[in-house]
Amino acid sequence: MSHASDLSRPGAAGAAAPITTNSGHRGLDLEEPLIFEQDAPGRCGVDLPEPPELAGRLGGLERQAPIGLPGLTEPQVVRHFVRLSRNNFAIDAGLYPLGSCTMKHNPRLNEKLARLPGFADLHPLQPAETVPGALQLIDELAQWLIALTGMPAVAMSPAAGAHGELCGLMCIRAALEAAGDAREVVLVPESAHGTNPATAAVCGYRIEEIPADGRGRVDLAALTERLDPTVAAIMLTNPNTCGLFETDIVEIAEAVHQAGAYFYCDGANFNAIVGRVRPGDLGIDCMHLNLHKTFSTPHGGGGPGSGPVVLSAALAPFAPLPMLVRGPDGPRLAEHATEADGTAASFGRMKAFHGQMGMFVRALAYILSHGGDGLRQAAEDAVLNANYVLAELQDQMSLSFPGPCMHEVLFDDGFLKDTGVSTLDFAKAMIDEGFHPMTMYFPLVVHGAMLIEPTESESKASIDQFIASLRHLVERAKAGDAALFAGAPYLAPRRRLDETQAARKPVLRWTPPAEEAAAE
Amino acid sequence: MSDIRFSEEHEWIRVDGDVGTCGITEFAQEQLGDIVYVELPEAGRQVAQNEEIAVVESVKAASELYAPVAGEVVDSNQALVDDPAKVNADAMGEGWFFKIRLSDPGQLDALMDEAAYLALVAEQA
Amino acid sequence: MRYLPHTEADRQAMLAAIGVGAIDDLFDDVPASARLPELLDLPNHQGEMQVERDLEALAGRNLSAGAAPCFLGAGAYRHHLPAAVDHLIQRSEFLTAYTPYQPEVSQGTLQYLFEYQTQVALLTGMEVANASMYDGATACAEAVLMAHRLNKRRRTLLSGGLHPHYREATVTATQFTNFEMAAQPPDADGGEDLAALIDDDTACVVVQNPDVFGRLHDLSPLAAAAQAKGALLVAVVTEVVSLGALTPPGEMGADIVVGEGQSLGNPLNFGGPYLGLFASRQKFLRQMPGRLCGETADAEGRRGYVLTLSTREQHIRREKATSNICTNSGLCSLGFCIHLALLGETGLRRLAGWNHARAVQTADALGALDGVEVLNDSFFNEFTVRLPRAADGVVSDLAERGILGGVPLSRFYPDDGALADLLLVAATESNTEDDIAALAGALAEVLS
Repeated sequence: MSHASDLSRPGAAGAAAPITTNSGHRGLDLEEPLIFEQDAPGRCGVDLPEPPELAGRLGGLERQAPIGLPGLTEPQVVRHFVRLSRNNFAIDAGLYPLGSCTMKHNPRLNEKLARLPGFADLHPLQPAETVPGALQLIDELAQWLIALTGMPAVAMSPAAGAHGELCGLMCIRAALEAAGDAREVVLVPESAHGTNPATAAVCGYRIEEIPADGRGRVDLAALTERLDPTVAAIMLTNPNTCGLFETDIVEIAEAVHQAGAYFYCDGANFNAIVGRVRPGDLGIDCMHLNLHKTFSTPHGGGGPGSGPVVLSAALAPFAPLPMLVRGPDGPRLAEHATEADGTAASFGRMKAFHGQMGMFVRALAYILSHGGDGLRQAAEDAVLNANYVLAELQDQMSLSFPGPCMHEVLFDDGFLKDTGVSTLDFAKAMIDEGFHPMTMYFPLVVHGAMLIEPTESESKASIDQFIASLRHLVERAKAGDAALFAGAPYLAPRRRLDETQAARKPVLRWTPPAEEAAAE
Repeated sequence: MSDIRFSEEHEWIRVDGDVGTCGITEFAQEQLGDIVYVELPEAGRQVAQNEEIAVVESVKAASELYAPVAGEVVDSNQALVDDPAKVNADAMGEGWFFKIRLSDPGQLDALMDEAAYLALVAEQA
Repeated sequence: MRYLPHTEADRQAMLAAIGVGAIDDLFDDVPASARLPELLDLPNHQGEMQVERDLEALAGRNLSAGAAPCFLGAGAYRHHLPAAVDHLIQRSEFLTAYTPYQPEVSQGTLQYLFEYQTQVALLTGMEVANASMYDGATACAEAVLMAHRLNKRRRTLLSGGLHPHYREATVTATQFTNFEMAAQPPDADGGEDLAALIDDDTACVVVQNPDVFGRLHDLSPLAAAAQAKGALLVAVVTEVVSLGALTPPGEMGADIVVGEGQSLGNPLNFGGPYLGLFASRQKFLRQMPGRLCGETADAEGRRGYVLTLSTREQHIRREKATSNICTNSGLCSLGFCIHLALLGETGLRRLAGWNHARAVQTADALGALDGVEVLNDSFFNEFTVRLPRAADGVVSDLAERGILGGVPLSRFYPDDGALADLLLVAATESNTEDDIAALAGALAEVLS
């Protein structure tokens, strides 16, 4: 199916003259000023009476100067945020093939259940006897994660994937120190997420990169050669960031363990293998799970996430506080080392309270809805969809490594050679086609990377349309229409934004016009 | 231009008496794209050869500059702080980063002359 | 399965297009020893109704804070949320978008982040704020790491009035560095003299206001003392509503302000997800952790917003990044932004006024009871009382009467006998005079 509508762009032959409007709006594309520019002093979006006059106990610290917050009423606030929302692309609106980010459908049941007062309206420090259902929910989710990964233990409190990485590496360092084994180096493949080296650095380790082989996998020989008693751990994503299963992973685990080091697996891509492979059977020591990827808690425009970490028996005693301890009366929360069981040697607390409860409810609802059969089917469909995209585009685009791939497929910019079109330009043109761009320029191991993850949520018809659009864009690029790409997007709420200006003269907050003038 | 020497880190040093003026090369600024930020060393700082001495950033990349020779920092180009675009406009002139009083002029001998550097660039481009 | 669109015919057609006979062929790269040939022994998929029943049953076993007079605080506060907040954050375009890496189709997220950053800067009295962090405790740890980057010193002073979870999270995050965390003992009597402890190797002093016991402090003298020694002052705020009534830390000389933003726009959620506030001075911008949104213009000159200064972050700087964090608390900061937009100047000041008023009424009611002593001279919406017996038992007795009476300090300091009788009591605008009377009455009963 192909629609012949040309992108009307300034100066394009045959394009209609651009229509200018008095309001600045463009039909349904509505411009919206900042809330600070809609201020009327004294106006308010909540009806709160004046508080009673009492002898205050503020100790002479009463705020003197105005805060500077704008006054708006509820209809203004509602309209403001509705208008803003319409300037966002979202998975609910269309295919969002952001590789390694897993933009899958977010079931609304999960939202409903997370809002039950029996979960959402619980204070984290209520007496334990008033929250047995909450602790049981966390325990049930923990048991599912243990079963799906084949690992003996899980730490639930990390707030996000990177926080989970930190948790895993801290367990490793604590375990090594407890054994009197000081090591200095963490090995990270070139293709790793940037969080891996950043996390290892926070744990005081020096980072060394290990190369990939010609197949986009870790070079086992190079790794084995590098392993020695200075190496504390390897951090490896599996399936890796090229969308490939690390075929030597069992051998890698054996080599790492032989050298006395630990194997940290980045579980960002666990969604590809749920129900088909248990990481515990691969010999890993710990792995974080991004509940916002594999188990579909909403990404929310960049968070909040949740990053539980499954642990081997050797690392489990070092897990962070608080930890859930199973007893005859059900699960209980150990908030202090003295309340845990005898083997615990926790490395400490990572955040306030007990973890991302709101995300736990959503993830458990997702898991119970899918069941063991549905989770496996979801992984299979995700892999099927990525391989279908691979098969349908490999004649036109440059596949970086031969398939089959797992849940995402990696292309590089080889097919754009001599077209004058860059990966960035190509991605921006996808916006005009009505798709969110794929992940660009990551992983770093190929030139001009384009990492496509369709996820299991897309129907065949949706993927077919996506494939047709990409084939169309490839044709235009190869036909020498570089100017089309250089200006894209034309049809989004904004054209390309000047990131250089933003970084050279950072404006990170609104300031009142008077202040602005005075500052100049 | 025989007084200019180049390092493998794509930096240049132009020596006048015992003071060398340093910056990044034309090739380096092209590779980085629009420069948005520089971090410069304070005058008086003693640096060893190859020590990290300054930072240059584009929107998507951050790179360190390494002292091409050992010595004492005597000046840095504050004009870049307000207008880092000068590095793009004139990398080898107004876009200089810092000046070093050389403690061991002999270190210059190990750096490349222009011809050798251009050969290196041709290889990397 | 209701979430998976493919029919069996679709799957077969796609396998044929790929050129394989079965889905198993696509998993050939998995070592044979690790392949699961069959389904794990787990329950199968379920319809909405059944899942709803299961989880409602779990929820039903909890006493929700709204079902009881609730006087719990200690870093998480129960406030009334305007209905518009939850409605707006559930807009698909906010809820199901990713990090705004493609600004042309992410202006919704970016503009509210810009507004949020402005709100946080205004509230804290600081020049710049980031787009939020995991929570207040992790923001506190990040502030300490930032201070060490700024002045390259080794020692951090953690006040005894700092929330114990914040102290612990900071100690955890720095435990594998060569920094020394000089954590002070719990400062129940307010006598601690941090200024005297600042030395030439002190990178920063971390102090909370109101402190964890609810007391208020003028931070100005401490800021001056820190500055005189070249150390930074990190101010922590665990109840952001207090900034509607109190002199902000920025005006008192703080260099970095971190806090918990849950009180605005976010339910209690049994402790998470929350959002960490992080604000600082313009001159320290390059060492700030976390995402930043900045204003710019598009190719047609129209105002727009982008994530900026990303060279500080892990995806570019890798092991040299200012932090390993790559998410913010996006949707939680949206809730914060909407709630505060509804409140505005007038609403926030009144809200803060009601919180203080309810706390004053509660303190007066409890202080009138035999054997109960209010320890605070000053407080915002939370204070500490000394009870004639161990506070944890009293709290359990109150819970049996359907009242969530406060947080016993022994929950944080189980081994410190001197704190065993102390109870933290918080009151907000959501507490009625009846609630206060019920707490006072029940407390009198369980203490008699």
